[in-house]
Amino acid sequence: MSVDTATVAKIAALARIKVSEAELAAMVPELNGILAWVEQLGEVDVTGVEPMTAVIANHLRLRDDVVTDGGVRDAVLANAPARQDGFFGVPKVIE
Amino acid sequence: MSGSANVLTELGVAAIRDGVVKGDFSAVEIADAFNANVAAATALNAYIVATPELAVEAAKATDARRAKGEPLGKMGGVPIGMKDLFATKGVQTTAASHILEGFKPEYESTVSQKLWDAGAGMLGKLNLDQFAMGSSNETSYFGNVISPWRRNDGGNAALAPGGSSGGSSTAVAARLAPAATGTDTGGSIRQPAAFTGISGIKPTYGRCSRWGIVAFASSLDQAGPMARDVRDCAIMLEAMAGFDPKDATSLNLPVPEWEAGLNADLKGKKVGIPREYRVDGLDADVAKSWDDGIAWLKDAGAEIVEISLPHTKYALPAYYIIAPAEASSNLARYDGVRYGLRDLPDGAGLQDMYAATRAAGFGAEVKRRILIGTYVLSAGFYDAYYTQAQKVRTLISQDFRNAFTQCDVILAPTAPTAAFGLGEKSDDPLAMYLNDVFAVPASLAGLPAMSVPAGLNREGLPLGLQLIGREFDEQGVLNAGLAIEARAGFSARPEQWW
Repeated sequence: MSVDTATVAKIAALARIKVSEAELAAMVPELNGILAWVEQLGEVDVTGVEPMTAVIANHLRLRDDVVTDGGVRDAVLANAPARQDGFFGVPKVIE
Repeated sequence: MSGSANVLTELGVAAIRDGVVKGDFSAVEIADAFNANVAAATALNAYIVATPELAVEAAKATDARRAKGEPLGKMGGVPIGMKDLFATKGVQTTAASHILEGFKPEYESTVSQKLWDAGAGMLGKLNLDQFAMGSSNETSYFGNVISPWRRNDGGNAALAPGGSSGGSSTAVAARLAPAATGTDTGGSIRQPAAFTGISGIKPTYGRCSRWGIVAFASSLDQAGPMARDVRDCAIMLEAMAGFDPKDATSLNLPVPEWEAGLNADLKGKKVGIPREYRVDGLDADVAKSWDDGIAWLKDAGAEIVEISLPHTKYALPAYYIIAPAEASSNLARYDGVRYGLRDLPDGAGLQDMYAATRAAGFGAEVKRRILIGTYVLSAGFYDAYYTQAQKVRTLISQDFRNAFTQCDVILAPTAPTAAFGLGEKSDDPLAMYLNDVFAVPASLAGLPAMSVPAGLNREGLPLGLQLIGREFDEQGVLNAGLAIEARAGFSARPEQWW
């Protein structure tokens, strides 16, 4: 499988990364080079093989359903590029 | 810098720890000596931020404890470099990216906290490839790290310190720290250790908590120590490892006493030599160092057996699906809202802000991997790429399991070449990726793996040998590493030019 400019533009939109036309043009051959190389995985016979889910066998722990955190609003907001009245600030999203 | 400072920066972790206990020197003297070396080595660009005051503060606390007769901890009085992928409270943590420039965490990563609790102090935050994506430290927003090593051709070409832990490897090799933290997703501790003539170990996946480490590929990311020798790695790994309820994949196992268990006698042990790693066109010096390693381990009493890891050639392409897929998901959090960079063009809405922020904040290699990851996870391609890669990963893991029925530890080169020059591979992503061909399989299988220095190549540059062990058998890896270290007698070091 290979990608064209329109596909890369769509992927970039999905990934929320703005790309210029020039960047798109440069990325298409780069991504196609990488995709052509990973294509060799198709040669491997994986009949009956389960996809890996945990690299080292480990059980998923459950913790007690109690409050363990919170009350740290100022710490949560400390690194926000824009904040107001104890909230994160973002551009208006409702017209 | 004074003569005595020079002597003190020759010391490693064990020597500093023991010397502070005995009173041969104070922890503050050690911190001052390394702080001076850090300040004098800006040409290497190993540190993004130096924190001499924190190193001194921790050293004063150690000296005060000693004065009161209190125990000093496993790392008492040892100043270290911290890869800038670990969140450090109040100290800028960037992952070498523009998008996190200026970010000062309100919390401390589990691994760094454990090191401070063990008596270590922080010399500064070490440069790396951006979001740990790279093998040469050329993708950092804060500039390339320069290896202290130079070829013996008199040409003075700037060489790569390896990546992604390139600041860590340079700092240890150039005596800007007795030890440093690294993280390894697909070789990022071992390959830089090999390139700079130092030791480094990636423990079993889950030994070290990932909490507070900027995430790249969560099923692969694992922290570990980088230091001058095997004993120092064992000491520091003991301080870094341990169960952490805040990391869902943390192993709930006691931390072994790896230092006390060090034993270079390999009688009764079998060392596997994977035939698939003997690739066509393998660099002659690398092949020779591998043969040296085989001879040394035989001399240590081990039996050498040939083994097969049949899916080796598929490890790298599987990695370059799985790691970008996980990265594309992990890096979705950088949105210009909660922390880090925000780029808000005039009149832009929320979606435009996201896209502009991420365009401005991520470097080219990071974008490339996010796009690959987004593509292989997208509707219609998920099974062909991602599921197939995870099935191949299962087969690679089974290869190792089968091999470990015939041997106790595996010996292979760490990297296919010695350090390359800056710029030599940076225009060709695939050529760069291939440098991790020997390191990635152990990462995909979550196994403990270490690099130790083996000698110099014809250009006068260090070569590393890699030891891969069974899951949870860091001791077997460290012991085989120690056997090589004792026989390699590696004492070469870069001549100071910076």
